Formats: sequence, structure tokens, C-alpha cells
Amino acid sequence: MPTTPADVLSVAQLARLRIEESALDDVTDRFGRILDLVAELQQIDTEGVEPMSNPHDMVQRLRTDAVTEGDQRLELQAVAPAVEDGFFLVPRVID
Amino acid sequence: MALDSLTAATATELVSELQARRLSATELTESCLNRISAVNPELNAVITVCEEQALKEAAEADVMLQRGDGGPLTGLPLLHKDIFCTRGVATTCSSKMLENFVPPYDATVVSRLRAAGTIMLGKTNMDEFAMGSSTETSRFGVTRNPWNMDCVPGGSSGGAAAAVAAGFAPLGTGTDTGGSIRQPASLCGITGLKPTYGRVSRLGIIAFASSLDQAGPMTRTAEDAALMLQVMSGVDPGDSTSADVEVPDFRSQMGDSIQGLRIGIPRQYFSPSLDTRMAQTIQAALDELVQEGAELIDIDLPHTEQGIATYYIIAPAEASANLSRYDGVRFGYRCGAPQDLTDLYERSRTEGFGDEVKRRILVGTYALSAGFYDAYFKKAQQVRRLISHDFKNAFEHCDVIAGPAAPGVAFGLGTKTQDPLAMYLEDIYTLSVNLAGLPGMSVPAGLIDDMPVGLQLIGRAFDEATLLRAAHRFQLRTDHHRARPALAEVAS
Repeated sequence: MPTTPADVLSVAQLARLRIEESALDDVTDRFGRILDLVAELQQIDTEGVEPMSNPHDMVQRLRTDAVTEGDQRLELQAVAPAVEDGFFLVPRVID
Repeated sequence: MALDSLTAATATELVSELQARRLSATELTESCLNRISAVNPELNAVITVCEEQALKEAAEADVMLQRGDGGPLTGLPLLHKDIFCTRGVATTCSSKMLENFVPPYDATVVSRLRAAGTIMLGKTNMDEFAMGSSTETSRFGVTRNPWNMDCVPGGSSGGAAAAVAAGFAPLGTGTDTGGSIRQPASLCGITGLKPTYGRVSRLGIIAFASSLDQAGPMTRTAEDAALMLQVMSGVDPGDSTSADVEVPDFRSQMGDSIQGLRIGIPRQYFSPSLDTRMAQTIQAALDELVQEGAELIDIDLPHTEQGIATYYIIAPAEASANLSRYDGVRFGYRCGAPQDLTDLYERSRTEGFGDEVKRRILVGTYALSAGFYDAYFKKAQQVRRLISHDFKNAFEHCDVIAGPAAPGVAFGLGTKTQDPLAMYLEDIYTLSVNLAGLPGMSVPAGLIDDMPVGLQLIGRAFDEATLLRAAHRFQLRTDHHRARPALAEVAS
């Protein structure tokens, strides 16, 4: 199934990325070639094969629900692009 | 020890010099820093140098060495790949997105290596967000291969591999999601080990693909890799995927014989498409192992070829989820004058990420999207299990699997950047190992036209000890790991 520029734009929208009009054909072409590469998997019989998400089929440990770190807000917000009064600043969401 | 040999010495040799106090940590650190300032402008392997901090740490190490109460690595300089969070020191992942990111904490790997006494010289260059096999996608420019400045060092840990090969430091950290330690180690003629998934904590390693990422040592010898892995390994309460599995004393078994060790040779790795001279070089290395008492056994890894397709769904899918955190709000790059929230997200991400990163986010988002999830992501996870089964079956008949670490020697700068698929093929021998979560290492096996070739050894889960033993026996017999780029002779 050939990939169209419209497909690429809709995926880009999901990924919150923009694609310049001038680059669209090029991006579509490379994206399509990657999909062609991965399409070969469709020929493999995987009937009844359990999907593998962890290479050792390990289940993640849960930690005890205890406070291990104190308040580090100032330190953590020091790397934020815009903060005010302890809040992260974003553009106005509701007018 | 003569100063001009310091930049070629192994970590193991340097530790004994330091502990015998025939060498000071300050002297050693200064010689590494001098080497970096002389050679790095051309090589571009290091993107942050911590000169002042390193000299301070070296002075502290000297005090400890004098008192005789240092750790196993006290006084050894090292370079961290710029994917490891280092408190107070920029950690960029070679991306514009994190250009100004100074982490408020250390990765577990960083804190463990520091506690063991290492001195951090700086941070090494890499492909942006570890996505690449040539270190050409870095925001900070390409790293060159010290064996030939017109060639790539491999990637994504290309800065670390080039730095260790060029004598900047005896130790480097790397990460490997699909070959990012082993392929550059192969292309730069050093020893690189990707541990079993879960062996080393991922806390504080900027995430690429969480079910594949592992950190490991990049060194001059297997003995040095064991020294470093010993400190890096072990369960970490801060990483729930780190394995609660006993860490053996890697070095204690290294001298043991490999008499009777069964080495599996996958037919698929030696297909007619493998370059003849590559095949000959790897075969010669295998012959050495046979001389040591190992036995070669033909095995099959039937889904080798499908590893690429599987990897290029799973890794981008996980990356697209991990990289969704970069939204211009809490840390990282933020676009100028956003109009609204969507504009903030879209422009921060579009301007902050490079082309290859965006390409993988798109592929991953597609593979996870409604309507395509089963056909792509779930399918890839099923084939991943088949690949894992292939290895399990093979290990019924052998103890170690061997083959090339990369399809060839280092290629020319710019020769594969226009064709992402050609670049993806660089990892054909390495990425299945990540999919199966197994340990793998690359060991220098000789030169073709004066460029290094790496022998890859793959082990059972949590059996790094056998890999290290085989690699060490190989290095006791051969001197490929002692070969240095011509650069090292001119500029020390």
C-alpha cells in the first residue's frame, strides 16, 4: 500500500510534528521506504505466538509506597524553559 | 611509567601503577586532558570537557591513593557518553532539544563509577538521541575515526569509541540499543560490551527504546571491560527493569581456559553477502579461539534477516512514546513566542529534533496508531519472540555465538547519510541481540586496509563472564587490541 503525503501529515499531527510543504515529498518517500522494509514481517507466520515486550519476560517490581525524596521543586524547575511562582508556564489554554 | 605511554596503557595497567604510586592520578588526568586538547579539535569525539572538575577529582583521588583507601578504579579517568545524566554538567544527547539541559541528578552508572573512584574528564559525542550508526546526526558535528579522519567512527557511541581509540581516556561509557556500543567499538578497534538487558541500571540514561537500551563499558581490553562492568552492574531500586540477579566476580574467571567451549557459528552471519575479507578476518580470529581449545559448531538463527524489520518497528515505537516528553514545558528546548499550546508542542518538537529523530518518531507513531498496531507493533513483538527462540535453541548446542560485529570496516563520512535504509543495515549483526536481551561484545580482530574489524561474541542471558573469558583468552593470544591508529604516534 503506497504511503501518501496525507498519511504522513496525519501521523505527523499525532506526533505533534510539523512538516514543511517543501520537504513533504521527500519525507513521504523515505517514510514509505521504511514501511516497505518493515512490511516483510507480514510474511512470517506468527499464529499463536505471544508478543514479547520484555526480553526476559520479567514483570516489573513494584516499590513500596513510601516517600524517598523530599521537595526538589526549585532544583527541578531550574531546568524548565518558563516558570512563575512555582508553576510551569504555558500559553493561555482557556480564554 | 613514561608519560607518552600513558595514553596507550590499559586501565588494568594504570590501576596497578596508581596503586603502587608510581603514577599519580593528577599526572594521568593531565596527560589525558593534554591529549584531548591536542587531538579533539580535529576528532570532535568529546563535546564537553570538565577540566577543572577533573583535576579537582584527581587531587582527591591522589589523597585516597596515598592513604591506600581508594576504590577499585580510583584515579582512572573516564569519559561518559552524553546520554548519561551528570549532575551539574550539560547532558545534551547531542540534540538541540537538550542543548541547555543541565540535569539535577546523576545516572546510576555515573554515581557508581564515581563511587568506585573514576575521574570524569567530560562527555562524548553521539548520534542524536542515540539514533544512528555513524555519529553524523549529532547537533555538534560529526566525530571522525582516528584511524582515518575521512571515515565515520560508527555510532551511536562513536565519540566514546573514537576517544578510547585515540588515547583520550582508558575508559568510556556507551549505550547500546541496536549495536551502538559494539558497532563503533568494531569500527574504532576497541573492546565494547553490551551487557544483558537488566544487568546495568538505566536510571538517568536518556531513554531511547526502553526494552532494548543497555549501558556498557568501552575499553582497550576485555580485562578492562570486566573491571568496569563489575562496578556498573547490579540491581537498582531506581530502575524496576534492572535485574535482581547475582553479579559474579567477572575477573576471577577470566584467566580460566576455554578448552571445550562450544562456539556457535550462525550460517546466516556468514552468507555469501558477507564481504570476503571480512569473512576471512573473522575466520582467522575463530581459528585462534580453536587453538585455545574452543570448538566451532554450525548453528542456525533463521530470523536474522527479519531482525532489521522487527527492530525498526519496536525501537521507533518505543522511542515515539519516550520522546513525547519533550514538549517545551518542563525541560528542554522551547520555541519562541508560541501562539497556543499546540503551537508550543509542535514548533518546540519540530525545531528541537533533527531529521532522523523525527523520522523515527513518525514511524513509531504510525506503528502504534489505531488500525496499524496489530499489523506492525504486535506483529513485531511476536517476531521478536521468534528471534529470542532462535537464540535459545542455538544455545542448546553452544555456549557462545560468534560472528562479525558490523558488515564492514568504517565507511566514508557522508556516504550513507542520504539513505536511512543503508545506515540501518549497519546493525544487522547486532540488533537481534538487543531484541533477545542477550549480552554481546566486540573485540578487535585485525585490520583490513589499516581499518579495524571487530569479532562479535554473544552470550546467554547474564553470562557476560563467559564472553569476557573468551575475549580475554583471545587477547592473551593476539595483539589486535594493541594496535593503535597512526594518529596516536604522531600526536601524543
